[in-house]
Amino acid sequence: MPDSTSVAAVDPHAASAHLAHQFEDAEQQYETASLGMWLFIVQEIMFFGGLFTAYAVYRSMYPNAFAQVSRNLDVVFGTTNTLVLIGSSLTMALAVRAARFGTRRQLVTYLLWTMLFGTVFLGIKGMEYHHKWVEGFVPGPGFHYTGAGAEHAQLFFSLYFAMTGLHALHMVVGIVLLAILAVMGARGRFGPAYSTPVEMAGLYWHFVDVIWIFLFPMLYLLGRH
Amino acid sequence: MTHRETSTRTYLSVFVALASLTTLTVAVAYVNLGEHWNNIVALSISITKTALVALFFMHLRDSKRLTWLIVGGGVFWLVVLLGFTLSDVATRGWLAL
Amino acid sequence: MGTQKSIDYLNVDYGIRSWLLTLDHKRIALLYLISITVMFALGGIFAMLIRLELLTPAGDLVQSDTYNKLFTMHGIIMIFFFLVPSIPSVFGNFLLPLMIGARDLAFPKLNLLSWYVYVLGAIFTLWAMVSGGVDTGWTFYTPYSTTASTTNVIPTAIGVFVTGFSSILTGVNFIATIHRMRAPGLTWFRLPLFVWALYATSLIMVLGTPVLAITILLVGLERAFHIGIFDPALGGDPLLFQHLFWFYSHPAVYIMILPSMGVVSEVISCFAKKRIFGYNFIAASSLAIALFGFLVWGHHMFVSGESVYAAMVFSVLSFAVAVPSAVKVFNWAATLYKGTIELSAPMLYSLGFIGLFTVGGLTGLFLAALGLDVHVHDTYFVVAHFHYIMVGGAIMGYMAAMHFWWPKVTGRMYSQLWAKISALTIFLGFNLTFFPQFVLGYLGMPRRYHTYPPEFQVLNVLSTAGASILALGYLIPLIYLIYSLRNGERAPANPWKATGLEWTVPSPPPPENFDVIPVVDEEPYAYPDLEVQSA
Repeated sequence: MPDSTSVAAVDPHAASAHLAHQFEDAEQQYETASLGMWLFIVQEIMFFGGLFTAYAVYRSMYPNAFAQVSRNLDVVFGTTNTLVLIGSSLTMALAVRAARFGTRRQLVTYLLWTMLFGTVFLGIKGMEYHHKWVEGFVPGPGFHYTGAGAEHAQLFFSLYFAMTGLHALHMVVGIVLLAILAVMGARGRFGPAYSTPVEMAGLYWHFVDVIWIFLFPMLYLLGRH
Repeated sequence: MTHRETSTRTYLSVFVALASLTTLTVAVAYVNLGEHWNNIVALSISITKTALVALFFMHLRDSKRLTWLIVGGGVFWLVVLLGFTLSDVATRGWLAL
Repeated sequence: MGTQKSIDYLNVDYGIRSWLLTLDHKRIALLYLISITVMFALGGIFAMLIRLELLTPAGDLVQSDTYNKLFTMHGIIMIFFFLVPSIPSVFGNFLLPLMIGARDLAFPKLNLLSWYVYVLGAIFTLWAMVSGGVDTGWTFYTPYSTTASTTNVIPTAIGVFVTGFSSILTGVNFIATIHRMRAPGLTWFRLPLFVWALYATSLIMVLGTPVLAITILLVGLERAFHIGIFDPALGGDPLLFQHLFWFYSHPAVYIMILPSMGVVSEVISCFAKKRIFGYNFIAASSLAIALFGFLVWGHHMFVSGESVYAAMVFSVLSFAVAVPSAVKVFNWAATLYKGTIELSAPMLYSLGFIGLFTVGGLTGLFLAALGLDVHVHDTYFVVAHFHYIMVGGAIMGYMAAMHFWWPKVTGRMYSQLWAKISALTIFLGFNLTFFPQFVLGYLGMPRRYHTYPPEFQVLNVLSTAGASILALGYLIPLIYLIYSLRNGERAPANPWKATGLEWTVPSPPPPENFDVIPVVDEEPYAYPDLEVQSA
């Protein structure tokens, strides 16, 4: 029987405050967190997927009406927002990189930039929503649309608001998460040994960006030709 | 943690690519290629952009096979939902009962 | 031995905070057990009211509007608040880490959150029920649910929406745990089949539930803002709702049955004292059921107006999905063959499962056949079919699990005699309740009606009589199991002499499950061969 006192066994749980009791080592914990986040992303794919399906069905049924109604969306705003969001993905990726290297200042800076871009996106979105409200294009009792494709306009706008609204909600959650991480990052909580929360938030943020990558052409660029 | 670091330069290149593709998709939208081709081009560009985000920003290219399987599974299931539902809508007019 | 009381997960800490803020998967399992038992009782009360109304052909107990609410609420509670969580959230939570040699699930905080989310959803739904109820049927078909119904659709929808996330979180937790936290030496093909079943179930939970969530969200939005997604007057398609709804709700039935199948594999092997026959096939069939189960949802819409082409494809696939289930039944039978059979209570429930599930499954084929389905759709034939699967199958499996692992969970043995009596009572009561319904349906009695032609009364009376016996059968275990908590004989670590890591730890287990993480070096179900034993 091996003499346990002859070898100074290091208990990984004692060595690291970040290691949860159910895991054997930090790598297992990290791999498991990553797996969990990707699974969550898959369920988000299916969640938005239902809306994409509704969109696909109605667009296939009423292609002309959809194309005509879509022209009421502002391409400039939409394109700007797309570029803003892609920029936020860049800064998010750089934030994750900083977290892993332990460069505290860079981490916080990039997180703040990401939050800023996200907020700009939401601001522009809010402006667009306001315009639609003023024009009477918000579905519900106050809906009023005259023009090409009128008979299916409410359907289009229902999908527009449902999809971009759900997306915006996810952005809000993301920004809140980033704020929390920025505070933790400023306190030096992340470094080469432990950057998992930042990385997981990164995955989430990029996924929300991917949703918009599809939403933008689907909603804004339908009937431009 | 376990995988290689992506350089800042690579991230910037990906950003430039994404921005370019965005410009492209807007530009092509104004050209009439016929309904089907407009759709196909737009979808292809979106898929390409997604691939760039996933591979580089989300580190998919450094990830384990299991991660690829999970992502693939999610996409596959989305296609099942879309495909079967659309196939019903598309064939409603066929085969009069 | 020593007089010092050993520390287990039950006595390590006392007080309400230690339960409501626990991160121990074993305690969370018990929190779920209490919640779902309450919901089951509630769902059962609605069932009794339905059966009482159906004693007579006239609609004389309740008004038709009330009757609509009764069957709606019975369905919603039983499906979303009992069956879907039952085995995974109680036995899955408790046993999964033990079975794979881990100290807890991958994400203990998410686990606790999932219970709170479940409770929140239940509260919403219960509030909706007491403040007026909902009458759309558990299927919420549009445009009735979005436009015409005047009942509490939105609160109920919120309740189901919220509870769905409990499912999703549990699924994510289980998948991550099974992939990453198996003990050294525990390869995939050494896993107990219950773990394979939980894995397959979790896949469905993660892939399917979000689609239900978005569908319910859309129903709520449509109802609140009249936006037109499912409203034909605005160009919407009610069939789109059905596609989105059944995309989840058909795989949901596999969420409800797969864990029970896993239980049966464990119990049969133990009480035949024999290695499970065809382990690889049973494991593979669990995955096949999960995957194929997603491809058949259109068989709920044969008469709703979906295209004939789509209907034919869904029909063929629905026949195909029966195959992996049949594979399991054959393998279980082969396991029993030449085994040393002990007719313990868990074994009685498992044998009941095999027989009743087979009947339910075969009648599913009737429904998968396009031509036949046109005749029996929306009749009591369908009701009987799914109750054979859900009650004769899933709940029997749940009872088997309860009686198999009770000693492990509580550290107490229960009265075998009373357990067998109630198993028999449940079996007889169940068949008396639901077999007449096959006949009723075939003769044309529609479901969801509280009046019927007088010639159907005899069968309905038999069914109600059966329901009373069934109710009694479910009440008896409540008594002897609770009684055993104080008065039952203390259970040893392995009272059934079963294989599996959960039986190597004390009953009840210590908080950290294992003193030393085990290293696994033998195949699962390593029961000694009979030839070797007699040598």
